[in-house]
Amino acid sequence: MSLLSIRDLVTEFESPSGTARAVDGVSFDVAPGEIFGIVGESGCGKSATCRSILRLFGGAPARIAGGRILLDGAGDLAAMRERELAQVRGRDVAFIFQDPLTALNPTMRIGRQIGEVIRRHRDVTRAEARDAALQLLRDVHVTSPERRLDAYPHELSGGLRQRVVIAMALALRPRLIIADEPTTALDVTVQDQILRLLKERCDSLGTSIILITHDLGVVSQICDRMAVMYAGRVVETGAVREVLDAPSHPYTRALLAALPGQVGRDSELVPIGGAPPSLIDPPPGCRFAPRCVFAQPQCRIGAPPALRARAGAGEGHLDACILNEVCHAAA
Amino acid sequence: MILAILKRLLMLVPVLIGITVISFLLLQIMPGDPASRAMGTRASAEELQAMRELWGLDKPIWVQYLYFLRDCLTGSFGVSIFHKKPIIDLVAERLPFTLAIVGYSTVIALVIALPFAILAAANRGRMLDNLIRQIFVVVIAMPPFWLCYVLIIWLALRMGWFSTGGIGDGFVANLGRLFLPSLVVGLSTAALVQQSLRAALIDTMKADYIDTARAKGLRGHEVFLRHVLPNSLISTISIIGVRVSWIIGGTVVVEKIFSVPGLGSLLIDAIVSRDLPVIRGLTVFFAIMVVIVNLITDICYALADPRVRLE
Ligand SMILES: Nc1ncnc2c1ncn2[C@@H]1O[C@H](COP(=O)(O)OP(=O)(O)OP(=O)(O)O)[C@@H](O)[C@H]1O
Ligand SMILES: [Mg+2]
Repeated sequence: MSLLSIRDLVTEFESPSGTARAVDGVSFDVAPGEIFGIVGESGCGKSATCRSILRLFGGAPARIAGGRILLDGAGDLAAMRERELAQVRGRDVAFIFQDPLTALNPTMRIGRQIGEVIRRHRDVTRAEARDAALQLLRDVHVTSPERRLDAYPHELSGGLRQRVVIAMALALRPRLIIADEPTTALDVTVQDQILRLLKERCDSLGTSIILITHDLGVVSQICDRMAVMYAGRVVETGAVREVLDAPSHPYTRALLAALPGQVGRDSELVPIGGAPPSLIDPPPGCRFAPRCVFAQPQCRIGAPPALRARAGAGEGHLDACILNEVCHAAA
Repeated sequence: MILAILKRLLMLVPVLIGITVISFLLLQIMPGDPASRAMGTRASAEELQAMRELWGLDKPIWVQYLYFLRDCLTGSFGVSIFHKKPIIDLVAERLPFTLAIVGYSTVIALVIALPFAILAAANRGRMLDNLIRQIFVVVIAMPPFWLCYVLIIWLALRMGWFSTGGIGDGFVANLGRLFLPSLVVGLSTAALVQQSLRAALIDTMKADYIDTARAKGLRGHEVFLRHVLPNSLISTISIIGVRVSWIIGGTVVVEKIFSVPGLGSLLIDAIVSRDLPVIRGLTVFFAIMVVIVNLITDICYALADPRVRLE
């Protein structure tokens, strides 16, 4: 049974030069308690996918143009009205944004910002919310938490701020936390601490995480399953060990090859040539074909290929390449 | 905080000395003899001479300046030739009306600007936003004297809702009397505040912490009232500060038309009657007010935004 099932999600951004399909037919499942990683080049639609789940587009002219976002017990989030969705936000599904400095209101004290989410969904007094906030700060190992309650965000370091954001996200013990590059904006030395904290807290609460990251090393360390996105589509998905150890889509391979061998691969460092296609008017067929060293004429026609299981692949390991292993080996 | 304020006040001393020098020198260039102005055309040469001696106009310039500096330091700012009173007394009589217009017009401006800024920001890029923008452009473009007369003819004479000018007795009476002049002044403030607040609202609505607030499940009005509006209003503090220092000396036309005895009309009367000490004293007084308003603006800023510290 899945906690979250995304089916054929389409999300469009209006821009002066046309409508960009930032998410174009994305499907994946997240099981309870699981950490699901999403990776891909910048601009491939990772954030757009995750923001679609709670419909938080930061004032950008975006809309969900199709598909379903099924949350166990709550129904289709994509079809919900704003009022109903507001009940789900913070209570069932929480969000952790990339930059903890800008993610906190600069003119509101920390304690009140954490208490706010509690008071929104539970009938508690100001004092009770404050006590709960204090406990939450302790849970994320913030030092001298009493003092921090009355601090403003700018008085805290980046790492502390992200702990506050995590505390806020965990306040109502949601079933799913969406973390959009939660450590990218942080000092390298605290990135690891924050990720381990997030994993530790979620493990103990049984919370699932969707983790967006650029770092395949992080995925390999803490994620259970993953999806690789390219130009608004999932091109490969499966258990992390399957995807990283036996990548079957040429894009995933190229991505791994472009990595300084921290995932334990012995191949040379090979950057991917070319640039991702336009999302306003994408090329026909496989979107990676123009950059793919294996591409055949049939790759460049028709609808983008769907995800499918390859012969001999592990359970739930799918990719969206129409070529067979012989073609891959031949090149 | 208090230490910072004291420090700021201390830094004013050189600024104010500079202002006294400049205002003193500028007025030396002004044509017309203050003594003959004060005495009228029928005064004899001896009477004029006596007058000049009495007011110190026959002394060397630097002596006159030192007299002036002494007057500023003792707080009298000099003595009016025309009114034969210390300038500070004249200011004290008129300052309440000017401050009333400052406060009243600012309240009116906020009442007008707030809803239109919110409406425009919520509909940015659409018809309504453009319409509101056009309306306020027209408001800014209207000359104040013309607007004064339009309002007098319409609301005072034709509708009879307000008096055509003058001041009343007591707070309530003046609330009615000062409405039209404050409205004229407030409309320009409103246009400025509307523009800047609209921009600030649009900016704030894109901020990450607004997404955070919505991610908590807060409803639209909760997000707006608790997060968007307070953070946007901070940026209008400085606009209002600039307007207030301008209004203190700059409402001559409105004060004249509505016969409000404020500082603006005091200044214009002094210029007309060549009342040199009043012009000089007021210039220095206005400068002090501008500096004080600036300081108050900065204090408000520091209170509203925890990231800002008073330097
Ligand atoms: N505010 C916006 N206005 C218009 N188009 C946008 C906006 N934000 C995103 N897009 C479009 O959506 C596409 C996907 O953006 P998204 O932010 O989801 O990428 P991402 O995978 O999260 O990249 P990154 O790794 O840089 O965060 C972009 O290529 C762009 O075309
Ligand atoms: Mg992103």
